Amino acid sequence: MKILVAVKRVVDHNVRIRVRPDGSGVETNGVRMSMNPFCKHAVEAAVQLAEAGQADEVVVVSIGPKPATDVILTALAMGAHRGILIETDAQLETLAIAKLLAKITAEENPGLVLLGKQAVDDDSNHVGQMLAALTGRPQATFASEIKVTGQGLEVSREVDTGRETLSLPLPAIVTADLRLNTPRNAALPQVMKARSKPLATRPAADFGVDLAPRLVVEKISPPPERVAGKSVGTVAELAAFIAADISQMEAL
Amino acid sequence: MSVLVLADHDQGVLSPATARIVHAVAELGTVDILLAGENIAAPAQSASTLAGVAKVLTAEGLFVADSLEMLLSTLTVRYHYVVASAGSVGKDVLPRLAAKLDLMPVTDVTAILGPNRFERPIYAGNALQTVASNQPKHLLTLRASAFRAAATGNAAPIEAIDTSGVSSAAKLIASHRTQSETPDLATAQIVVGGGIAVGSAEGFQLIESLAKKLNAAVGATRAAVDAGYAPNDWQVGQTGKIIAPDLYIAIGISGALQHLAGIQGAKKIVAINTDPEAPLVKLADIALIGDLFQVIPQLIAELDKIGLKR
Ligand SMILES: Cc1cc2nc3c(=O)[nH]c(=O)nc-3n(C[C@H](O)[C@H](O)[C@H](O)COP(=O)(O)OP(=O)(O)OC[C@H]3O[C@@H](n4cnc5c(N)ncnc54)[C@H](O)[C@@H]3O)c2cc1C
Repeated sequence: MKILVAVKRVVDHNVRIRVRPDGSGVETNGVRMSMNPFCKHAVEAAVQLAEAGQADEVVVVSIGPKPATDVILTALAMGAHRGILIETDAQLETLAIAKLLAKITAEENPGLVLLGKQAVDDDSNHVGQMLAALTGRPQATFASEIKVTGQGLEVSREVDTGRETLSLPLPAIVTADLRLNTPRNAALPQVMKARSKPLATRPAADFGVDLAPRLVVEKISPPPERVAGKSVGTVAELAAFIAADISQMEAL
Repeated sequence: MSVLVLADHDQGVLSPATARIVHAVAELGTVDILLAGENIAAPAQSASTLAGVAKVLTAEGLFVADSLEMLLSTLTVRYHYVVASAGSVGKDVLPRLAAKLDLMPVTDVTAILGPNRFERPIYAGNALQTVASNQPKHLLTLRASAFRAAATGNAAPIEAIDTSGVSSAAKLIASHRTQSETPDLATAQIVVGGGIAVGSAEGFQLIESLAKKLNAAVGATRAAVDAGYAPNDWQVGQTGKIIAPDLYIAIGISGALQHLAGIQGAKKIVAINTDPEAPLVKLADIALIGDLFQVIPQLIAELDKIGLKR
């Protein structure tokens, strides 16, 4: 089975972001960028399936500007076999991203496409679901366990009310949650080796997909700030605060 | 304008989120509710009592994302808005439906600013994005916790719809539901949250006993969930539930930004932590520096002494 994994380059999840004062966006100049954490879990899952002999090729694809090559290299260092960068400097909406991925999916024809469940920049949580619709494939989102079973997959997923397990015929689309695995950190030799693995770059414009945004982003603003409170010294004071707050709440 | 709301329900109970979604979209037009799934008679009845609801549609059967998308796409032609809560079902199906209809959805909406203008958080809630959409239809998920609930007292008609021809390639083969008598986390007025410092599943019983005292829901950090101290559906944060209680009591929680993303809507925050430098301590309305294992039993005793009842 071939596995296609989509990875996104985002502001590193440990960076506290700053909204530009003019409301035009979030400052990304000089900010550390890295692979979206959920995508890392997707790559790890694909590599583990390959290591277990359940997949023979892991192809990673990223859509973004030239520097997105870095996150492809990270995935290759983790054990993916081949990379594709669909290059664009535009900020694409999730629908356009899904359409480009659908094109690559048609070309590569993987048995499984793995993606992160959401990107920590736009927090959309769309792309896997959209790709599933565009390719007419079944989906399992928020996966915390993936088992290959003959012709299909059994995927445990995290839902609001607990957990559930889906059985999916292949080809299928699965999005990774954090509990799926612990992504490896590639050692230096793997990082060096990644540079010699095949990596194709193709302009997004070549795919014949309408990439124009559908939504108008009017502004980006910082959330309302919280004012810090005070410390109390005793449990009795804390209890009094809680009781007062609750009685005020109930009076409303 | 007409609105279709996909209701959340589980084990024969309508989710409290649905009343909030209905209230949030009532100004956009006449609201119909769709209840799809098994065991829907009682939740359909509850949905029909919500103010602003014109009609409740029921689709009996076991649906997963692909069949739910199929069902919705047959109904969607009649509506200008298709709306769900930003819970696991809404997140699963709305983007799928949107792509099918060649529409860009707007998800995790925290404010409806007009018929086609919406606000949504990005970067784990560290920025807010205002978007306008000129598309012919709007597919939205809303964060229930950001809106108030619709009143009850209505008696909208309930109408079963034809689901023949709806099928799915994926099959649900097992489900594990967390049984809990505490209120719904996503919409609770008070939430007591525990972090990794709680130390064990037994330790969480201490958190639960405080929650019971306050008639509060129980939340947990990802670290506590990953350690197996709490079930995953208690997780609060960027990748867990987004809550907006009147009071959040954070116990042994550092306040990592992914956790803060889930509690930004909390009106008051109380922090109990051994570390005065913890980000959540600095942000809280009231903080008590102390060991949770000593503080919680004392706190329960003090609340008893005051005679607090909820
Ligand atoms: C992509 C991504 C998504 C994430 N999503 C989420 C999410 O949705 N929700 C979430 O919560 N996290 C999430 N995380 C994890 C997050 O970054 C933090 O690791 C996590 O929130 C920390 O949990 P914690 O506060 O329980 O643990 P810690 O950060 O270890 O904090 C423990 C706290 O307990 C205090 N303490 C220790 N002993 C005691 C005691 N006896 N009494 C009182 N206090 C004590 C300590 O002083 C400390 O402040 C995510 C991380 C990533 C990378």
